[in-house]
Amino acid sequence: MSRAEGDGSRVRVAQAPLIELRNVTKYYGDVRVLDGVSFALHEGQTKIVLGGSGSGKSTMLKLMMGLETPDSGQVLIEGVDLGRAGERQLMRLRPRIGMVFQESALFDSLSVFENVAFRLSEVGTDEDTITDRVREVLGFVGLEDAIDKMPAELSGGMKRRVALARALVSRPAVMLYDEPTAGLDPITSRRINELIIRLRDVRGVSGVFVTHRLRDAFTLASEIAVESGGRVRFIREDGTFCLPHTRFVMLRDGRTIFEGPDEILRRSDDAYIRQFIA
Amino acid sequence: MAGMLPSPKAAVLEVQETALLAFRAFRRAFRKPFYVRDILTQMDHVGVGSLTIIMLTGFFTGAVLTLQSASEMSRFGAVGLTGTLVAVSLVRELGPVLGALMVAGRVGSGMASELGSMIVTEQVNAMRALGTDPIKKLVVPRLLATVSMQPLLTVVACSMGIHRGLADAVGILRTSPDLYLNSAWNGLDYYDIAGGLLVKPVFFGAVVAVVSCRCGMRTEGGTRGVGRSTTQAVVVSSLLILVSDYFLTQLILEYSP
Ligand SMILES: Nc1ncnc2c1ncn2[C@@H]1O[C@H](COP(=O)(O)OP(=O)(O)O)[C@@H](O)[C@H]1O
Ligand SMILES: [Mg+2]
Repeated sequence: MSRAEGDGSRVRVAQAPLIELRNVTKYYGDVRVLDGVSFALHEGQTKIVLGGSGSGKSTMLKLMMGLETPDSGQVLIEGVDLGRAGERQLMRLRPRIGMVFQESALFDSLSVFENVAFRLSEVGTDEDTITDRVREVLGFVGLEDAIDKMPAELSGGMKRRVALARALVSRPAVMLYDEPTAGLDPITSRRINELIIRLRDVRGVSGVFVTHRLRDAFTLASEIAVESGGRVRFIREDGTFCLPHTRFVMLRDGRTIFEGPDEILRRSDDAYIRQFIA
Repeated sequence: MAGMLPSPKAAVLEVQETALLAFRAFRRAFRKPFYVRDILTQMDHVGVGSLTIIMLTGFFTGAVLTLQSASEMSRFGAVGLTGTLVAVSLVRELGPVLGALMVAGRVGSGMASELGSMIVTEQVNAMRALGTDPIKKLVVPRLLATVSMQPLLTVVACSMGIHRGLADAVGILRTSPDLYLNSAWNGLDYYDIAGGLLVKPVFFGAVVAVVSCRCGMRTEGGTRGVGRSTTQAVVVSSLLILVSDYFLTQLILEYSP
């Protein structure tokens, strides 16, 4: 995989995808949860994974993070095959990827500050830097005031935002979002989506966004965030075309049945997709 | 309870997994980073937290031992040997075994349910995703805490029991305190002390931590699964304590003169 760039005199080999699944199959017990799934996320891309519940979306994300191992096929992070990587290499690669779990998965015995600081304290960052960075990311998600609270005291939407902050603290190049708006009201969902769009457009974070809610998916595919003079505005494209670098992947029973931009997805005549979109 | 019995193949696999966890935890205990704060928290929880029930255990075990042995001994006119009997029974067997069973019930169940909840709420996965090894962060501190605290707790239990016996020996049997304490002290040899107050508690402490952490870590099936793991942790570690006590006793007897 190489690609010529510029005037052709300087040929640069395109980097390996940030994350790649090659023909991955995964069983839980006797149940085949993923069946020959291939997937690639290149730098700067956002991939939106759609699928009904139980279609294997969360499993796919866990495989990308090396939290589960495939029964066959390969998982690669920045070209490194996780199946061949040792535990230490894995430990080094994982912080490049941030993950927001489906139910937030905050450490419930730790405060919001300690949750967000977790990664930094683990690598022995000094106290002052930790405090600054934690305040910065909590500011980004709009939760500076909750810094001393315990997770049990937070609402669902706040938990999701703390989980986002916790993943962002190590400044990952890629973010994996597992249904970040599930179970939230429309206003809170909107807020989370805006944060994700800002990360993508203002900070250039690549992402995999898993959802079974089509509305969120189309929001992500059609809105952009523009920062000017310290203020962020959201601009809606006219909605007929998908943003470049944003692609949809549709999962059904552990297989990919669609991959492409949303205008094609909308025109699909596959019965399952039509039903899902309706 | 029938549903809890695993198939032979699953059981063998489980033993293998538990042994592997023990191996990994021991190896990681000597590698950086050392989670000093987590280790101290766990030591406080296991040691200080169990002090009351351990003292009560020692106290009543000592009391009942004195009652039983005093009535036997007075029939043979050997009341002077009460101290020896109480001390030897406590230090060799009852102190370490009952102490470990109490810790299995209190601490083991707590470990299994805590780790189990962390598994079903994906906190353990979140930890791994943040680049932290859950065996180092969660299992090693618990293992070090039980292994270091169990001998101390056993010493406390035995000394409570022996001193409780002293009260009865003096009050009911009318022996002198010196006679009782001398007989207690003289009855114990080096192997009783090393075996009962060090080897056994260290081993039992490791059993409780490894079994309970393994039960917690393999939890599946939501809140009900956590309940199941907790029960398993207590049942399996208690059984293993009793079984391994038999073999450890054989081993210790073999080495003692
Ligand atoms: N740890 C597990 N053990 C057994 N089955 C599982 C486990 N995790 C997920 N599954 C099963 O795998 C299938 C896909 O799960 P998942 O990836 O969570 O789907 P989704 O996120 O799309 O809802 C489901 O049928 C689910 O019941
Ligand atoms: Mg899911």
